[in-house]
Amino acid sequence: MADVSGRRQVVPNVAPAAVPPPTPAPEALLEVRDLRKHFEIRGGLLGARRVGAIRAVDGVSFEVRRGETLGLVGESGCGKTTLGKLILRLLPLSRGEVRFAGRNVFEASGDELKELRRKMQVVFQDPYSSLDSRMTVGDIIGEGPLIHGMRSRQQRQEIVRALLVRVGLDAGHASRYPHEFSGGQRQRIGIARALAVNPEFVVCDEPVSALDVSIQSQVLNLLRDLQEEFGLTYLFIAHNLAVVEHISDRVAVMYLGRVVELADVEAIYRDPRHPYTVALLSAVPVPDTRIRRRRLVLTGDVPSPASPPSGCRFHTRCWLFEVLGRPGNCVATEPELRELGIGHQIACHWAEEITPQAIEAAIRAGAGAPSADRQPAGSA
Amino acid sequence: MSTRPYDRPAASRSIGPPAIDDRPVVGAPVAAVLTAAASGPGGSAAAIQRPLVRVRDLRTYFWTLGGVVKAVDGVSFDVPAAGTLGVVGESGCGKSITALSMMRLIDRPGRIVAGEVVLDATNLLSLSEQEMRPLRGGRISMIFQEPMTSLNPVMSIGSQIVEAIRLHDEATPREAQERAVEMLQSVGIPDPMRRSRQFPHQMSGGMRQRVMIAMALSSRPDLLIADEPTTALDVTIQAQILELMKRIRQERRMSIMLITHDLGVIADMADDVVVMYAGKVVEAGSADELFERPHHPYTQGLLASLPRLGERRRRLQVIEGVVPNPLRLPAGCLFADRCERAMPICRHTPPPLQRVGGAHLSRCWLTPDGDNALVSPDAPPELAEEDAIRLSVPDAGRTTLDPATLSVV
Repeated sequence: MADVSGRRQVVPNVAPAAVPPPTPAPEALLEVRDLRKHFEIRGGLLGARRVGAIRAVDGVSFEVRRGETLGLVGESGCGKTTLGKLILRLLPLSRGEVRFAGRNVFEASGDELKELRRKMQVVFQDPYSSLDSRMTVGDIIGEGPLIHGMRSRQQRQEIVRALLVRVGLDAGHASRYPHEFSGGQRQRIGIARALAVNPEFVVCDEPVSALDVSIQSQVLNLLRDLQEEFGLTYLFIAHNLAVVEHISDRVAVMYLGRVVELADVEAIYRDPRHPYTVALLSAVPVPDTRIRRRRLVLTGDVPSPASPPSGCRFHTRCWLFEVLGRPGNCVATEPELRELGIGHQIACHWAEEITPQAIEAAIRAGAGAPSADRQPAGSA
Repeated sequence: MSTRPYDRPAASRSIGPPAIDDRPVVGAPVAAVLTAAASGPGGSAAAIQRPLVRVRDLRTYFWTLGGVVKAVDGVSFDVPAAGTLGVVGESGCGKSITALSMMRLIDRPGRIVAGEVVLDATNLLSLSEQEMRPLRGGRISMIFQEPMTSLNPVMSIGSQIVEAIRLHDEATPREAQERAVEMLQSVGIPDPMRRSRQFPHQMSGGMRQRVMIAMALSSRPDLLIADEPTTALDVTIQAQILELMKRIRQERRMSIMLITHDLGVIADMADDVVVMYAGKVVEAGSADELFERPHHPYTQGLLASLPRLGERRRRLQVIEGVVPNPLRLPAGCLFADRCERAMPICRHTPPPLQRVGGAHLSRCWLTPDGDNALVSPDAPPELAEEDAIRLSVPDAGRTTLDPATLSVV
């Protein structure tokens, strides 16, 4: 990678550490290969007949490198949460493979599985439903260490107290119940619970989307500090593109059960190469009145994952497809992820055609929304 | 373990010119096409016109077991005619209760205890329930965050719109039916005839919100109150709904009061902005003023704590602490406990809403230019008399600047 060699020249004396961030061959902590999860739809008398399947995750491959944060973005129903659950083996898979530090997660059993479960933790979105309301905070955080063999009550209490302080709460909070805490504080408890068993990898599933803005930044900073302190690897699932940009090193964009683009965070946000990513970024409202965003408004809704469109799943809403005059291969052939530049993967037949001119054309064609009424709207 | 990826020196991060962490990335190929500098002044012009609705010193309290919660406590603002007022604040700040109070939809244990909501020289709060009914859903319509819970699940959406039309208009069922289909078409629902016979569960979230908007518009309102209309929607669908709201505001020359926690949506949509905190307006002004020169430390903190596209900062600024318990509000400024710039006076004397420039008001003891120096007793801050009437009325008896109060410090 270009920036790696650049760094070596700038800092020649730095010996390669055990895990320098961008190593020439970064160690993949987690590997996902052709992962699929199809939920059956049953119909007929008493649901005896299989009438179809929701293809929630439909052939996803990527890897997460040790020490990095891989952001996973997409709209609701694109399969990002299902993917997170599959990786943690919280759901049975339909096909594919998940490897954690070289071990197949779905073939593990007994002590090996238990050890995997300790190393792979999760922080959930909803800080209200993810904590048992009848357990004290101390018991919630201490349950993991107990299950993983820490018998001494005193030792567990020490861990709980240290963690509570570390995530910004009070050691005395251990004896309280979840309902006594605000949303942001509960999310801190959820994070402490995940960290109590000393994991290597944490799936953060929309950890800040239920929180207010002023609390959100507190939790994001905490997640970063903890990553640094404990050497954690994150899979960070979110729909907020600004949050994902802030926290991620690389980003995967999902649409209808597939990864459509995967690259370094700078590449995704500065030079997106999939028409869906371009539209997604253009749709984000920016909190600055000096910047008028020009929107590429996508028409229509996300199609049902029970019957995704033929060929490229995005072609029914794709602006590039229209600008290019509806090329046949978009409808006929499903594009596979391919390399376009170093480490920039893309699933689009026509990614090279994304030019400023093409975007201009799509905005002028008013992909769904008349752009003319934008001008006087603000200054009427 | 200091070798995290984001510790890389900025120069080695990207190919090409080094990006400085705190600045927006400019000149990027695709990102650049989508970002254009705003042309000319943004929307503050609408504020100069006579306002459509004036809200003055609105107070809505709730009597709970724990005590009286002052959910809305002396809120004043104008909704510009044919313009958009954005009301922004975090959960529990009272923004939804303000809207419900304007519609007179407050039920026990809550009660509107004081204030005026003036539409065309009529104070809505002094009307009888019978006089209020045609206005509610008539001249003032409202849409909510979750369209599924606002629609009747066992009625086709066409019948629901017909019902709304006939409630406020004398129309034959046939006329109403035709107008319902027209309404659906005008909010961009494809195949409106077929859709009007469908039920809410057969539609997506974005479609349902379009139906809600169609229903709200069917009575030809002068004011549409939209309470978090896009919060439950995906970002590409949100973009569709925001564009739709801009178009209908333009076509119908109506006013929108947009309530949201999303500062990005506010910057995109609003002409004027009111920032609320713990039941009070803490800052008000034109959107341009507010985003370019936020005065109140809370507004500044909110803007600084947002992760933004194109700005990859190592750490986000935070507003420490949490909002005060509404049953145990502090004596002085409600934000003082979380404020980095709090001064002794902030702890015991509530600050007035002072003018900090133009029509820009801020409830803060800092001087208009943001200096830490407290306004001196000899030169009290210029209290915005006209603006106070236009945008906000000082809380009775609390915000009058009395040198005696100041000399306590």
